[in-house]
Amino acid sequence: MRRNYVRALGAVGLATAMLAAAGCQDSGGSTTDASGSSCGKIAIFGAFTGPNAGLVLPSLNGAKMAVKQHNAANPDCQVTLQEFDTQGNADQATPIANQVAQDQSFTSVIGGHFSGESKATMPIYEAAGLVMVSPSATAAELTKAGNKSFHRVVGNDSTQAAAAVTYIKDTLKSQKVFLIDDGQTYGVGIIGEVKTGLGALAVNSDKVQTDQQNFDATISKIKSSGADLIAYGGYTNEAAPLLKQARAAGVTAKFLGFDGLYDPGFPAGAGEAAVGAIVTCPCLPAAEAGGTFSADYQKEFGQAPGSYGAEGYDGATILLEGYKAGKKTRADLLAWVDAYDKQGVSKYLKFDETGDVDKSKVVIWSYEVKAGGAIEPLSEIKLS
Amino acid sequence: MNFDELFGHLGQHTVDGLSKGAIYALVALGYTLVYGVLKLINFAHSEVFMVGTFAVLGTWTALGATSNPSFGMMILFLLAGLVAGAVASGATAVGVELIAYRRLRRMNAPPLIFLITAIGLSLVLSEAFGLWQGRLIKGMPTIVEREILFTIGNTEVTNTQLLTIVSALVMMVLLDVFINRTRYGRGVRAVAQNPDTAALMGVNKDRVILLIFLLGGLLAGAAALLYNVRYGNTRFNVGFLLGLKAFTAAVLGGIGNLRGALLGGLLLGVVEVYAATLLTSSWEDVAAFTVLVVVLLFRPTGLLGESLGRARA
Repeated sequence: MRRNYVRALGAVGLATAMLAAAGCQDSGGSTTDASGSSCGKIAIFGAFTGPNAGLVLPSLNGAKMAVKQHNAANPDCQVTLQEFDTQGNADQATPIANQVAQDQSFTSVIGGHFSGESKATMPIYEAAGLVMVSPSATAAELTKAGNKSFHRVVGNDSTQAAAAVTYIKDTLKSQKVFLIDDGQTYGVGIIGEVKTGLGALAVNSDKVQTDQQNFDATISKIKSSGADLIAYGGYTNEAAPLLKQARAAGVTAKFLGFDGLYDPGFPAGAGEAAVGAIVTCPCLPAAEAGGTFSADYQKEFGQAPGSYGAEGYDGATILLEGYKAGKKTRADLLAWVDAYDKQGVSKYLKFDETGDVDKSKVVIWSYEVKAGGAIEPLSEIKLS
Repeated sequence: MNFDELFGHLGQHTVDGLSKGAIYALVALGYTLVYGVLKLINFAHSEVFMVGTFAVLGTWTALGATSNPSFGMMILFLLAGLVAGAVASGATAVGVELIAYRRLRRMNAPPLIFLITAIGLSLVLSEAFGLWQGRLIKGMPTIVEREILFTIGNTEVTNTQLLTIVSALVMMVLLDVFINRTRYGRGVRAVAQNPDTAALMGVNKDRVILLIFLLGGLLAGAAALLYNVRYGNTRFNVGFLLGLKAFTAAVLGGIGNLRGALLGGLLLGVVEVYAATLLTSSWEDVAAFTVLVVVLLFRPTGLLGESLGRARA
């Protein structure tokens, strides 16, 4: 009997491993035009399926659109964008990174989209001399480790957290804030920064775990704390059921999430409970994006660009201009991105030596979930 | 260590834990029934539950359910959901037996092979639902609006909590009566004790085995309805963690023992809520499995021992 049990647990472990492995092999289709002469291949990786894909797909679409426009305008310099689906999972991103690093036909990388998968794969790409341009990985620690390959076109979580703190203090005027994170790179990082920024306003906190289903204990703590605001660092998969259960249990405190929840899946999962939830994001509302980006995107995909659509487009554009300028090796492209200095659609794009985008150009907006599930921009949060 | 919170609202956390554990218990009954008779852990049972949650959701969508329906509509949605969940889960469980186990059993396959086919089928089901329904978390209307029914001290007992706990207890008692008092139940116990002798005595072994899969499936369907009512969400991998916990609950109470499954489920729910309150929610699995290990160290057959066939026959 006990042996059976041991076997059973072993088998469960095996099943988990198989699940993870199955996910790795999903390398999706590629946007390519085999006619014309080839300029190189870009690998793009992120959660293109999985519970948090809603947050990442606009960025993928933005990048696809940039490549399509580039290929149409430059028949003599065709660039292939190849998708690698990680489901946002660091364990799945790692073998993909090794595969891309070894395949010399890849000369640049867009990604990772989440902080955890970026952190796990940065050393691999750096060792291979591949430049990474991330549209949406925001954890502050990513640019603090001296990694040469990582660049991002968004503000980091220190900036976002500072903006959120300003918003909580000045706009929401909350007195008691309850902090929750999901124990992952992104959630822990941003909640840590917010906690420091709020000081005594942060009354209590809890940590949830991936795929958690029942949040009674967290809800009891929120109630006991008398909080008037819940700040949640993490993604839809846990935030949606948490908020739904909290509202059902009569918790009336306001709910504030960060860019991880700027995801159409969040109101879809939480239903009416999400209405009125605030989300901050270092991403530009589509209508504010420069040039014809928003209209082009609408035309191409039949919907407004969601979270990080403009950033995905910018990330791809930086690389595409490099290819166009005749940069064809990994080293040349890395140098090209390091030296990039130009207006993009989401913001002015120029990187400091750590790979962060110029801090004075970062924009952070607050958004609100409306009845019916739309996430609409409220206002830009000015850092005082 | 937040002792003030835990002991200040001990009653509340206990009720929360019991209602959480009641769902574990209903799913655990499915594991324990199959184990009690076949000495086989049906790992596809977690997906039997998952299929039930989607069947309930699909039925509600088809009936045009919206949040906070009138009382009559609420009863209709609950009954329709119960029927849909029970039928879908029951059919899935029976399908699992027919596809993954029956032929292997006739061929006298070693136990490990059953485990592999069970896990295989479990992955097939959950991935198929992932592809078909998408991998996003799926919200659903709130059919039963939460209301506080009564308050004891500072403990609030809500309608959904009471519904979950009472339903689990009622179903447990019905199952217990069915197994211990009816003719079919006698067949189940006979096959559990000694399949070959039971067959010689005229018990149709395959039919009994089909029956226990069906019973486990029906209970999982009921658990799926309660889960949807209580949490209002589902997703393709909803069964994985819950199934693992339910299996743990079955082992904790004594796998093969119906009352043990109930006790194990409730205990596990309460331990998890206590741990999550005392520390953070991310500690609940550590606490749950620590209790499991400690209990098994002292009582290797679980709290109540293994007994579907043996005791009180």
